[in-house]
Amino acid sequence: MVSIDISGACVDFPIFDAKTRSLKKAVLGRAGGKIGTDSKVPIIEALRDITISLRQGDRVALVGHNGAGKSTLLRLMSGIYEPTRGRAVVSGKVAPVFDLAVGMDPEISGLDNILIRGLFLGMTRKQMESRISDIAEFTELGDYLSMPLRTYSTGMRVRLALGVVTSIDPEILLLDEGIGAVDAEFLAKARCRLTELVERSGILVFASHSDEFLAELCDTAIWMDHGTVREHGPLREVLHHYKGRDVLAELERR
Amino acid sequence: MSQSVAADAAEGGTVFAGHAAVAGPRSWQRAFGDLRQGWRQRPLWGYLGWQDIKQRYRRSVLGPLWISISMGVIALAMGVLYAALFKRPVADFLPYLATGLLIWRFIEGCILEGSEVFIANEGLIRFLPAPLSLHVYRLVWRQTLFFLHNLVIWGLLMIIFPQSLGWSLLLAIPAFAVLMINGAWIAIVAGIVATRFRDIPPIIASLTQLLFFMTPIVWSYEILKDNLAERARFVELNPAMHFVEILRQPLLGDAIVWRHWWIAGAITAVGCAAALICLRQYRSRVAYWV
Repeated sequence: MVSIDISGACVDFPIFDAKTRSLKKAVLGRAGGKIGTDSKVPIIEALRDITISLRQGDRVALVGHNGAGKSTLLRLMSGIYEPTRGRAVVSGKVAPVFDLAVGMDPEISGLDNILIRGLFLGMTRKQMESRISDIAEFTELGDYLSMPLRTYSTGMRVRLALGVVTSIDPEILLLDEGIGAVDAEFLAKARCRLTELVERSGILVFASHSDEFLAELCDTAIWMDHGTVREHGPLREVLHHYKGRDVLAELERR
Repeated sequence: MSQSVAADAAEGGTVFAGHAAVAGPRSWQRAFGDLRQGWRQRPLWGYLGWQDIKQRYRRSVLGPLWISISMGVIALAMGVLYAALFKRPVADFLPYLATGLLIWRFIEGCILEGSEVFIANEGLIRFLPAPLSLHVYRLVWRQTLFFLHNLVIWGLLMIIFPQSLGWSLLLAIPAFAVLMINGAWIAIVAGIVATRFRDIPPIIASLTQLLFFMTPIVWSYEILKDNLAERARFVELNPAMHFVEILRQPLLGDAIVWRHWWIAGAITAVGCAAALICLRQYRSRVAYWV
C-alpha cells in the first residue's frame, strides 16, 4: 500500500558558517565555555510541525511563495531529509524529480547518463535497457545519445532528463518545478508523457507556479507558508485562497 | 521516525516499510539497514566505480593503462634509487618497494578520498535519496579497480625477478579483503566527521603524508632494527605497517608473521564498531551537513 504519513515533523537546518564549522571552534568552545551566542549554531526552521497524510490516488499540488518550504517538504517526503523532530513514514517506491541536472555527468554519453539516472530512480539495469529505445524516440536525440553530455544544448539535456524520468514506473512521484527550457512543440509532447506518468503513479506531489499545469494534473492542494501548512484541501479552494481569486474559473473561461 | 525510501526504490517494493517504520532515525536497525540497502544497489555503484576510472582517462589512447604505467615508472625510479642508497640488490629491493607502494596507494586512496566522500557527493546526497553507504562502496570499489590495475606491475616484476611464491600467496586474498573492510570503515568515520568539521580533510591529508614516511615501504623494518636496535619497535605503533605487511608478505612469498594479522584484525574490529556508531548517530544528519 502506497502512503505518506507525516506527523508533527520539523526540519531544522544548522547553518555553519566558515567559523562555526571548524574543529577549532568545537575544541576551544568546549574548553572556554559559552561565548555569548556565537558558540551556538544558528538554525533555520525550514519546516515546522508538518502533519500530512496521503494515500493511493492522491494528486497534490504544492503551492506557496518562494522559500515557503515546498522543495524542503518534497525532500522530506523523498527521505533525503529525515525530520529533526516528529516522524515521517513513507512506503512505496519513490521517484523524486527535483533538479534535472543533478546526477548527470557531462563527460559520459547520453546513454550512460540514462542508465545511471534510471538506477538512481530505483530501476534495474535490465528495465532501463529495455526502455532505451523508447527514450531515444521520445527525446528525438537519435545518434546524439552516444555523444558525451557536454556536447548537448540546455534544451537537449532537459529532453534527456525528462525522457528518463517519464519512462520509469514510480509509486510515489515527487515533481519540483523547473521543467522549462524546452521548445513549445516538445513541451506539448512532454505533457502527454507526464500525464501518462502521473496516471501510472500511486501518489503525485507537484510543486509548481503554473496554475494551468497544476489544474491539469492535480485535484487537491497544500498551501505552504513560512514552513507550515497553511491550508490543505481541494485544489480550487486552496488556489482561490492563495491567489485571492478563483484561478480555475478563469482558466475554464479561456 | 522516518524511513529511508531509497532502499525500497532499489527493491522495487515496500519490503522494509513495515519494520523500518518502527525504528527511529538513530537506531542500529537503520544503521545496518543503510549498509544493507547500499549493498543491494551493487549494479549502481559498480557501474559508477567503473565510470570513475574510465572518465579519468577518457580521450587518452592508452586509457586506464596509464594507471599501471605511472605506477611502474615511479616504482622503477624509486626502486633503483633506494636500492643504491641502502646498498641492496635491485632484484630484491625493486619488488619489495613496488609491492609496498601499490598496497600503500590503496590505503592512501581510501583515507584521502574517504574523508571527502560525502562532501564530494553533495549534489547526489541533496537531490537523490540513496543510502550513505552507496558512496562508500563506490569509493572502495574504485580503489580496488585501481589496485587491480597496479597489480599488473607486481605481475611483471614477479616474472622478471622471480620470488619464491608458495601456497601462502593465497593469503593475499583474505588480506586484501581485510584492507577493503578497513577502507570502508575509514571512509564512513572520516567522511561523516569531515562533513561536519571541514578542517578534517587537510588534517587527514597531512597525517597521511606523514604516515607514508613512517611505514616501511621505501625502507625496510629489518634495516631499521639493525640501525636502531630496540627503539625500532616504535614503528609497530603505526597501524598502516601491519596492513601493508599482511598483504606484502604473501605477495612476495615472505614468511608470514601472524602478529600483523592479529593487530590488523583487532584494528578492523574496533574500526567497524566506530563506523557503526557513527552511522547510527549521524547517518540522518549528513544530508543536513553537506
